[in-house]
Amino acid sequence: MNTDDLISMLATGVEPVDPGAVARRFSLAILIAAVAALLMILLGFGVRADLASVAMTPIFWAKIAFPLCLMVGALLMVTRLARPGMSVGGGRLWVGLGVAAIWIGALYGLAVAPPDTRLAMILGKTWKVCAINITLLSIPGFIAVFWALRGLAPTRLRLAGACGGLLASALATLAYCLHCPEMDVPFWGTWYLLGMLVPTLFGAALGPRWLRW
Amino acid sequence: MDRTTHNETLRQREIDLQALFLSGLKGHEADYGRFLRELSTHLRGFLRVRLVRQPAEIEDLLQEILLAVHNGRQTYRVDQPLTAWVFAIARYKLADFFRSRSRHDGLTDSIDDTDELFAEPCLEPAQASRDLDKLLEALPDKQRLPIMHVKLEGLSVAETALRTGLSESAVKIGVHRGLKALAALIRGK
Repeated sequence: MNTDDLISMLATGVEPVDPGAVARRFSLAILIAAVAALLMILLGFGVRADLASVAMTPIFWAKIAFPLCLMVGALLMVTRLARPGMSVGGGRLWVGLGVAAIWIGALYGLAVAPPDTRLAMILGKTWKVCAINITLLSIPGFIAVFWALRGLAPTRLRLAGACGGLLASALATLAYCLHCPEMDVPFWGTWYLLGMLVPTLFGAALGPRWLRW
Repeated sequence: MDRTTHNETLRQREIDLQALFLSGLKGHEADYGRFLRELSTHLRGFLRVRLVRQPAEIEDLLQEILLAVHNGRQTYRVDQPLTAWVFAIARYKLADFFRSRSRHDGLTDSIDDTDELFAEPCLEPAQASRDLDKLLEALPDKQRLPIMHVKLEGLSVAETALRTGLSESAVKIGVHRGLKALAALIRGK
């Protein structure tokens, strides 16, 4: 087939394109990710017993705000990186500010705490499982986000994969907040961040292979 | 050529091509065909400069890029320069080409200058060595038949549905998935 034939083949009977196709794909992926993570919390991990009372405290919403901020940033970046010729955009500011805020909060918390309680604030009671749980919770979302990306046209595969992994793990962390009893900022700044970093690195590693088109 | 008139020409090309492309996105066949034909002359010139040592690959890679532009056309955002979008696709495919042949020496030329994409049209097509017809035949029937009837014979989706016994949405999906599968077959070679 010569190029002219290919062109007439592509043009013949060409269907109108839905301008919201990218947004629809990511909405579906996020819906799948959120529902899967919620189900895993409800049926597997269990919701923390004091959720109703703790949800009235501002510190609980500060805890929610951290992964939410990273999720918004990752979503802004990944929807841009799904299109050829787009820069990363302002999403990295959300991620950077979210991490910076939690670290400032953590360092302040540690500074004002009595020295012999500092280690306990960082380790909490669940430091051994936190990052692993978040990584496990992000598996369905990871697959859904990569599915969304594979139907689009990312040209910076490693970066797109990393942002996809961050999106999935930030959503997973949001769900994990319903289960996790830890309320110390230094704990979030360490183990939540590590939990989100693992899928992000997986995304960066798998992007070039899984997202190639 | 004077630099300002040169830039003016490039800007005008961007505007003209974008108008044709946007009309194509709405399903206007003739405009879309014109867009692809004009784009192919620019891409051919672009590739000819980049593939000085592999002139035999130009037409194959051009076809691969055109298919990629078509399959990825839903990712174009109206507020984005069309040049940047097409250039990113062409550059991605070119880099992929060099990587898969691990001939990085071919990349010593800069492939970073977006402006050059629409600079040097080249009208004269060479012979493609890859046979797309053969690859099409390798597709499963539910993709091959819709592509054959709708895209090659120019039948409507309704007529194709009647003739193949598929539903109309299955015909549309078959065309869509078939062209993606075709791109995957090209890549796998």
